[in-house]
Amino acid sequence: MDLMSLTAVELGKKIKAGEISVKEAVKAAYKRIDALEPEINAFVTLDKENALKRAEEVQKLIDDGTLDGPLAGVPVAIKDNMCTKGLLTTCSSKILDNFVPPYTSEAVLNLEKAGAIILGKTNMDEFAMGSTTETSYYGETKNPWNTNHVPGGSSGGSAAAVAAHECPYALGSDTGGSIRQPSSYCGVVGMKPTYGTVSRYGLIAYGSSLDQIGPIAKDVIDCAAILEAIASYDKKDSTSMDRRIYAPPEPEKEGSQENQKPRGYDFMSALVDDVKGMKIGIPRDYFGDGLDPEVKEAVLNAAKVLEEKGAIVEEFDLSLVEYAIPAYYVIASAEASSNLARFDGVKYGYRTEEFTDLHNMYKKSRSEGFGPEVKRRIMLGSFVLSSGYYDAYYLKALRTKALIKKAFDTAFQEYDVLLGPAAPTTAPKLGDSLSDPIKMYLGDIYTVSVNLAGLPGISLPCGRDKKGLPIGLQLIGDCFEEKKIIRAAYAFEQTRTYECCDFAKKEVF
Amino acid sequence: MAQKQYETVIGLEVHVELATKTKIFCSCSTEFGGEPNTHTCPVCTGMPGSLPVLNKQVVEYAMAVGLATNCEITQYNRFDRKNYFYPDNPQNYQISQLYLPICRNGYVEIETEDGKKKIGIHEIHMEEDAGKLVHDPWEDCSFVDFNRSGVPLIEIVSEPDMRSAEEVIAYLEKLRMTIQYLGASDCKLQEGSMRADVNLSVREVGASEFGTRTEMKNLNSFKAIARAIEGERERQIELIEEGQPVIQETRRWDDNKEYSYAMRSKEDAQDYRYFPEPDLAPVIISQKWIDIVQAKQPEFREAKMTRYQEEFGLPEYDTEIITSYKHLADLFEAAEAICHKPKEVSNWIMGETMRLAKEYELEPEKISFSPEHLAKIIEMVDAGEINRKVAKNVFQKVFTENVDPEEYVEKNGLKSVSDEGALRGVIEEIVAKNPQSVEDYRAGKKKAMGFLVGQTMKAMQGKADPAIVNQILKEILEG
Amino acid sequence: MANIISDETIEYVGILAKLELSEEEKEQAKQDMGKMLDYIDKLNELNTEKVEPMTHIFPVMNVFREDIVENGDQREEMLSNAPEQKNGAYMVPQTVE
Repeated sequence: MDLMSLTAVELGKKIKAGEISVKEAVKAAYKRIDALEPEINAFVTLDKENALKRAEEVQKLIDDGTLDGPLAGVPVAIKDNMCTKGLLTTCSSKILDNFVPPYTSEAVLNLEKAGAIILGKTNMDEFAMGSTTETSYYGETKNPWNTNHVPGGSSGGSAAAVAAHECPYALGSDTGGSIRQPSSYCGVVGMKPTYGTVSRYGLIAYGSSLDQIGPIAKDVIDCAAILEAIASYDKKDSTSMDRRIYAPPEPEKEGSQENQKPRGYDFMSALVDDVKGMKIGIPRDYFGDGLDPEVKEAVLNAAKVLEEKGAIVEEFDLSLVEYAIPAYYVIASAEASSNLARFDGVKYGYRTEEFTDLHNMYKKSRSEGFGPEVKRRIMLGSFVLSSGYYDAYYLKALRTKALIKKAFDTAFQEYDVLLGPAAPTTAPKLGDSLSDPIKMYLGDIYTVSVNLAGLPGISLPCGRDKKGLPIGLQLIGDCFEEKKIIRAAYAFEQTRTYECCDFAKKEVF
Repeated sequence: MAQKQYETVIGLEVHVELATKTKIFCSCSTEFGGEPNTHTCPVCTGMPGSLPVLNKQVVEYAMAVGLATNCEITQYNRFDRKNYFYPDNPQNYQISQLYLPICRNGYVEIETEDGKKKIGIHEIHMEEDAGKLVHDPWEDCSFVDFNRSGVPLIEIVSEPDMRSAEEVIAYLEKLRMTIQYLGASDCKLQEGSMRADVNLSVREVGASEFGTRTEMKNLNSFKAIARAIEGERERQIELIEEGQPVIQETRRWDDNKEYSYAMRSKEDAQDYRYFPEPDLAPVIISQKWIDIVQAKQPEFREAKMTRYQEEFGLPEYDTEIITSYKHLADLFEAAEAICHKPKEVSNWIMGETMRLAKEYELEPEKISFSPEHLAKIIEMVDAGEINRKVAKNVFQKVFTENVDPEEYVEKNGLKSVSDEGALRGVIEEIVAKNPQSVEDYRAGKKKAMGFLVGQTMKAMQGKADPAIVNQILKEILEG
Repeated sequence: MANIISDETIEYVGILAKLELSEEEKEQAKQDMGKMLDYIDKLNELNTEKVEPMTHIFPVMNVFREDIVENGDQREEMLSNAPEQKNGAYMVPQTVE
């Protein structure tokens, strides 16, 4: 049996039981990475030497009982927009192709505390701007289900690596669907938590008001376990939320276990195969034009399955769906134009070889360092904030965001969970999306509004199309109601058997 | 044709570095004078992924200054990003407040030739300072030091209510005094902890509309401000008289050449694309919080002046000098509390203290002797233990080295000799040696007495109690 | 296309964003931005007159740090990525004209 075919929690159990060593797990991952990377290209940077060294340290801590969590000793891949001290962090951009951060992001630190071993950094759309991982300076990542197709994006490297069994799990980041959409395209489970749940400290910002880090894994159990490890209230992030205060109250549980996570952080306690009485809303607006019929059928079928398990499923009108993308692109581009101003060739990263003066140095470094999609969004973002346009574009988008949030608030007065597709289609072919940016942006139609409203969302496989490509089901919860979507996702997952691609089944020697 | 009369209209943007221990958004030290970049971290060097966290003390200082300048405190505060590229600005945006500044609609009162005048304060907002650029003329490059990057600032924006350099300086003095009394900043123009940008326009006397204004930067002293105002006024009047337009622009004052230069370039679009800072939560200021800060406000200068006159019977002139620096007022109050001789303490501060400060080129805030020592000197003089002349010498030692005056007097044998027996012998000897003076005195030349006193003091090395010397001499001469 | 982006606008935005575009890129940028703005103009269908712009999703407020020095000298680490540095400072092209 290949160790990488196990889920993270399964692997963690075997390590804890002493059936396998941490080093064996790490070596098993690298063996597959070495064999598959030429065809997948999910990683930008590998950190073999340090990973093996750390495997020994973690092994000791497991052996002496210091580390006993579900992820202790389990290797992980990190999206390349999270700072890792001493390890190259590029955001898949030329402008950071030599950047070695002097500090580690809080989410990664939390994983390290839980005993994770970092295998390397995964490929992504440059600065997370894109939906295909084709805008990476380090070449596109390929979808392990069919290498003629994109893995989705921007966390395409993380999703592909998990789908190809190059690693048991990975971290991604989600600004407009960047975890959920690639998870959907790659047939894995990805979750974006409520804004403020995972610290953004050390996450290289794209759209600060939208960015969240989250897990990408093989199943819902892993997602819940990983989220427990990475979620924390961080005083270094002023937008971090103390979920012990904000999470909705629950009835007292009897016989509380030891090691129980505090209220608001006990995601694994929602792994219950029971959706009886759960009210699930299906936004009619999510099933209109542009939705691939095969995707529609698979998603509605999933709704039926949940209904059969006792959930109350209803269609309703969410409204405003078509306004989410334009609002999103104004807000995300505006924030990005400011967030990415710091890349100027002065403090870190790429500086052009020749220049005549300061401003020429700025312009050349940035023009040579950023790719076309990043430049496009910086230009748009600078424009919508510029004198005379701020009210018409930026404030208008913020008002629209308020309306969208209100529409969700209304929906969640009625429903526990919203159900819909994660993306309108399955993974497009390589090269098909970039030619028409707006078409690519439309691929985010079901995911961006979740970011605008700060909600949690999960994407999990619910079937495959005729081409054999995975279809993703998206479940959306109200703020701090991760446990409801975990519960629904888990119950649905119990009705299916895990499917993996041929690459994942490929034996490597 | 009569020459046109012009009026100068001036508004000020004053930046004040707050006296916090740490920077506004990270826990790096704000200490002055460290080696380049030794007080930096991922936040204040704009590292990717770093995030700001607001220093609470900054908000409280800003509130305190706002309350002291009669401002309304904004209940719902937010920070905004001001976007522009420059190497001293590590993120290439400055976190500031545009839309919802913390204080608004205040004023301060200044004294002018025509009496009191209110200068309106449009707003006060919080922001972060930039780093420092050092230019290397030989290598065609500049060096960036981020030690100052992220040091908290408040910017105090006045209304265009000033009409002369004198009013501007009075206003700045008033702000400086108020903020120093609050302990919110040391407000030093030369060291850059207080910086003033001057917005100036001219118009014909009687005109109702303002003229086009320019903004002048790089003003490092009151003198430079006065010269810059005069220079810019003349430049604008000249333009107007020649029928040329005044361009609204930022100009840099060169105090050596006494001329300002436009700071515009093609790359400087002055379009800052402000938008709400998404990395910081809003700041909500409750009435309760305002009350707490209000309760901690110190007694300000005007109140102190009045109280010193009423409570201690000091002349207005004394109170004006003693309160011109909070440190002097603190010294006065502390010494007075020990010796209960307000006029004496006041005299020592106005006289010897100020004289020595000038002699040693010491700014009044830097005076470091302890009030206990001053009180002790006053008590010793009062008790006749030392005479005034000795006291002055002892005080100089207190001023420079903060010695304990009692110990010092003891160690150096400076105590006055008031033992009549011992003195009488010395005086008799002097009288015997100076028959001419004795004769003169007895012939009615009372001045001769002074000479004899002087001789006695000389013989006693200044340590004699002059009152007793006088008394004994009189007895001998008239007896 | 309803939004026509002029050469001047692209030039101006390039100055703001510190991006230098080739002629070809400029043409592309004009097209792209025009199309995006057309798309964004869809927002004008919404009546948002009485809606407050929503900057922060959650009513979190007053997130403060106490005024205590915690950071020490991290100069070497901060400078370790600088393209050019000398004597503990970042080096940039001459900033005074």
